[in-house]
Amino acid sequence: MRKVLVIGATSAIAEHCARIWAARGDALYLAARNEERLQVIAADLKVRGAAQTHTYCTDLNDMDRHAALLDAAEAAMGDIDMVLIAHGTLSNQKACEQSVDETLTEITTNALSTISLLTLIANRFEAKQAGTIAVISSVAGDRGRASNYVYGSAKAMVTAFTSGLRQRLHRSNVAVVTIKPGFVDTPMTAEFKKGLLWAKPDAVAAHIVKAIDTKKNEVYVPAFWWAVMAVIRAIPSSRFKRIKL
Amino acid sequence: MTVATHTPTTISGWGNYPTQEAQVITPLSPSAYQTQLAQHPSVIARGMGRSYGDSANAPVVLQTTYSDHFIAFDADTGLLNVEAGVLLRDILKVTVKQGWFLPVTPGTSFVTVGGAIASDVHGKNHHVAGTFGQHVVSITMLLGTGEVVTTSPTQLPELIHATCGGMGLTGVILSATIKLIPIKSAFISQKTIKAGCIEAACEAFEANSNATYSVAWIDCLATGKDLGRSVLMVGEHADSGGLDLTVKDPITVPIHTPAALLNSMTMRAFNHAYWAKASDKKTQTLPLLPYFYPLDAIGGWNKLYGKAGFVQYQFVLPKKDGVANMRQILTQIAQSGQGSFLAVLKQFGPANQNLLSFPIAGYTLALDFKMSQSTIDLLHRLDDMVAGMGGRVYLTKDAVMREVSFKTTYPNWEQFESVRQKYGAIGRFASAQSKRLGLA
Repeated sequence: MRKVLVIGATSAIAEHCARIWAARGDALYLAARNEERLQVIAADLKVRGAAQTHTYCTDLNDMDRHAALLDAAEAAMGDIDMVLIAHGTLSNQKACEQSVDETLTEITTNALSTISLLTLIANRFEAKQAGTIAVISSVAGDRGRASNYVYGSAKAMVTAFTSGLRQRLHRSNVAVVTIKPGFVDTPMTAEFKKGLLWAKPDAVAAHIVKAIDTKKNEVYVPAFWWAVMAVIRAIPSSRFKRIKL
Repeated sequence: MTVATHTPTTISGWGNYPTQEAQVITPLSPSAYQTQLAQHPSVIARGMGRSYGDSANAPVVLQTTYSDHFIAFDADTGLLNVEAGVLLRDILKVTVKQGWFLPVTPGTSFVTVGGAIASDVHGKNHHVAGTFGQHVVSITMLLGTGEVVTTSPTQLPELIHATCGGMGLTGVILSATIKLIPIKSAFISQKTIKAGCIEAACEAFEANSNATYSVAWIDCLATGKDLGRSVLMVGEHADSGGLDLTVKDPITVPIHTPAALLNSMTMRAFNHAYWAKASDKKTQTLPLLPYFYPLDAIGGWNKLYGKAGFVQYQFVLPKKDGVANMRQILTQIAQSGQGSFLAVLKQFGPANQNLLSFPIAGYTLALDFKMSQSTIDLLHRLDDMVAGMGGRVYLTKDAVMREVSFKTTYPNWEQFESVRQKYGAIGRFASAQSKRLGLA
């Protein structure tokens, strides 16, 4: 039995990862903002086989409470073996362009709150010389695009931060796994027309859990996104700025 | 609470016929179902879209995909409480290893509990266990009035008897408690019996009426003395072998294959090979999933029928004169040359009290037809024959039945409508099928 802290536990990707861990009999500590859904998910994971489920209701943008969240998780389960950070919102790019507040809120939700958590978790895991930290970033962080560069730049920050953190913690036996999902069919992306590039959250979760098991460094989910993003990154800026993307 | 909505999209049942432009809304919580119901004059709930025809087609559908949570399971009593969008497959993954199995299961595990209730599905054990609805302890549902109520055989009993088999027309099923059955093994011991004609097949069912599970593959293209030749498979839960459920992901049919691939020649060849390969009185042990759900191994097998789609036609004939009547219908189907290679014959036990539930004591036959105008004409002829013999057609598979056939063969339809009236369902819950069949 491993002890797993899932942050953003009501996100579809996190929930499906947690189902796999529950079926393995892991103990789960679930943190998210929506108390009603948190309770539904905790009951579900218990039936699916989780050794324990605990819930913690918090707005993750309230960074003053991050240390308390980690303390509570440790108090409930003891040493934590693994953390998945999965919370986030899909920014409304048009609204962000018209509002500094909106832009900064999105950056806070999708980057700064994650970085706050990572800073605290990294020090705790470094001290005990063990643990795995998995973070949901995004393919959107690989290159800013006109259609969602606020979200993309926040995720770029997460990707760069975890890259550095991975180097730092490598010598302390702590693994940092950066996960870059492509298009996933979840409530967050309900407004989008779905095509061939879209993946289901259970398939994405299976891939993510495997990447965490094998302590991969950086993974694209599904894997073909590596090729897609390699092409997008290779386009010279002189050209890229003319493309509608 | 945020509500997930989708842009208009084309939906259909498993037979890919007929299709419908629909707004597919996927609520995240019970309160989100209420919000959506308040915003739309008429909706229908939709699970996996595994009913074959148009019973989950409507301009606005409430898809239960995100209502896929287990609520509670008592491994001492086998009582399971789940949200409506939980798949039978997911239930098995959780309960089999604890020694519990579904009391009734249809031929695919990729259906939701809500869908299984709305269709009052049956399985290979109908003759001893009845339908799925007969093992439902209670249902929590959203009514057309916006009210959420719980119904059981003792609590608003008329509502549960209209809802089990009610094709989603009484309200939106939010969650249900069902009673599972204990098992000692994740395996089934299966015996194969060959029957050379329809009379022999029905005798074999009679002779094996004590078996827990029984079903027959039937060659609908065979004629003359071979008419209705069948391979009967009877099964019992094994006592040994352990409780590990082997789950393999399906291989997937990626695209609609040219419909010409399935023609009368390939089907005849398949049926000959199947008959020749089966050996009489052979006993073998099979894991649960391949035994109950052989077709689940091929994801998207419905695409094999090409873009025009197909209908699965399932009817039941009363036991009295059932064999002779079945011979008449098989003759008609064999003459048409349109029957499929997937045809299934089964003996049903007695009917239940659910108002629109399909099974009645007798013989049921299910087979696929590639979609075409001549198929529709044939099915209408068969509908008339079935009605004349006192039988009826399964609403979960129906895509073409006319109103008159429905109202003749489901005599409880008026009582069904009065229950819907009483619970505010009239007009609030409707599907393409309910409109075609003349329900309000």
